[in-house]
Amino acid sequence: MISLSNEVMTELRKDYIYNLMVKGEREDGRAFDQYREIIIETNVINKAEGSARVQLGDTHLVVGVKIQPGTPFPDTPDQGVIITNLELIPLASPVFEAGPPREDAIELARVVDRGVRESGAVDLSKLCITPGEKVWMVFIDVHVLDDGGNIMDAASLGAVAALMTAKLPNKRFDMGEDADVPMRDVPVAITAVEIGGSVMLDPSLDEESIAGTKLTVTSNQEGAISAMQKSGVNPLTTEQINYIVDIAIEKGKEIREKFLVI
Amino acid sequence: MSKPEKLIENGIRLDGRKPDELRPIKIKVGVLNRADGSCYFEFGGNKVIAAVYGPREVHPRHMQKSTSAVVRYRYNMASFSVEERKRPGPDRRSIEVSKVSREALEPVIFQEYFPRSAIDIFVEVLQADAGTRTAGINAASIALADAGIPMKSLVSACAAGKIDGTVVLDLNKDEDNYGQADMPIAMTPDGRITLLQMDGNLSKDEFREAFEMAKNGCAAIYDMQRAALLERYTSQTEGDILE
Repeated sequence: MISLSNEVMTELRKDYIYNLMVKGEREDGRAFDQYREIIIETNVINKAEGSARVQLGDTHLVVGVKIQPGTPFPDTPDQGVIITNLELIPLASPVFEAGPPREDAIELARVVDRGVRESGAVDLSKLCITPGEKVWMVFIDVHVLDDGGNIMDAASLGAVAALMTAKLPNKRFDMGEDADVPMRDVPVAITAVEIGGSVMLDPSLDEESIAGTKLTVTSNQEGAISAMQKSGVNPLTTEQINYIVDIAIEKGKEIREKFLVI
Repeated sequence: MSKPEKLIENGIRLDGRKPDELRPIKIKVGVLNRADGSCYFEFGGNKVIAAVYGPREVHPRHMQKSTSAVVRYRYNMASFSVEERKRPGPDRRSIEVSKVSREALEPVIFQEYFPRSAIDIFVEVLQADAGTRTAGINAASIALADAGIPMKSLVSACAAGKIDGTVVLDLNKDEDNYGQADMPIAMTPDGRITLLQMDGNLSKDEFREAFEMAKNGCAAIYDMQRAALLERYTSQTEGDILE
């Protein structure tokens, strides 16, 4: 019964959003390339070395960064380690279930991770304490509290904001004064959805649930692309992809300058 | 192998290829007896085998959809396929690869023809050398056709990327390890993009160049996939039914 009513609701919502789209409108009145209100608050968890609470419209999440010494990977003995994890906990949505992470959560976490890692946002060589023996392990954990759509961008924002305020806990491990995490870049992820041939940025929950496809483009300070991920079953055209890449670099710059100033 | 001084010199790559050249491809259609459709695909140093079962009953039952088939895709790397032994079984990477690969193929499958049933695609990577997901998609697409699953078209996949500041097609393992960007895509013959991923560093112009290069690569692979299917089925039906 529940799945049936969901299917009907989806069809109704799809019609509604599609009809608005044809008129050039969105359900919350935004322009197609307009983001919802962004609120970022950092240092919200005292026990974490870095943290951020992000609200992106109705989406609400907390990112905690824990940093502790550990052993480096054998193939990169002089580099620190960054591990990103994201959980879609049942508290955040009626459709999230407890248990091991499923493919959606894994994909989200890996795309956030690639955005942070591939942009070289953190200088991993400066996270080395003793080569081959001891390096800083940086754990980025994203807890989604309320799913209002576009968790991807909110999580990326939160991860970077939390890293920017995080401290290496030298004092706690008798290694001198606490220091900033060595940041080199500030990647920003921008997600677009394709609905009935139109492209919209920062999808709300309804838009996301009816969209055939999402494309996330993470760009860095120089306006270069550091990660991309298409997610969903509808194909995209070359024109759509080129358009999304252009606008993502532009929007990324805007958001970086407004919210993520070093 | 430690980082080579140069990955590309005078427009020639370490393995002798030009920037826009694919690695050699070998395709065999219908290599497994038990599967409904199968394909063995060699892509440079990658050796993958794809099997398709279905449409068949869905287990567990709650997964079935009342208006269409469910498509399931399992990408799996053999423990011996890579330098350092890989722990058997799914990990986070293979779950993500499975998801995006499934989504790369779903748009061409007429799922609505088979409500309450499953189309299962299994891809086994026997030997890996960068580009396993694209090799898997190429193989799976042929295996689906071999299984007689109604499809709008085949899907072809390959990657483009950047090494030493040069945009190149189809990175091998060393180029992937020491290069600056890797971008796998999948495409239908009419140019619709069904998979797009990227990591590394590409400027907007480099992205445009890599994207066009990867699309040309997909088009070349499509011709080979089509030829392999034609060869298999023309020889079987003794002649002139297909072309």
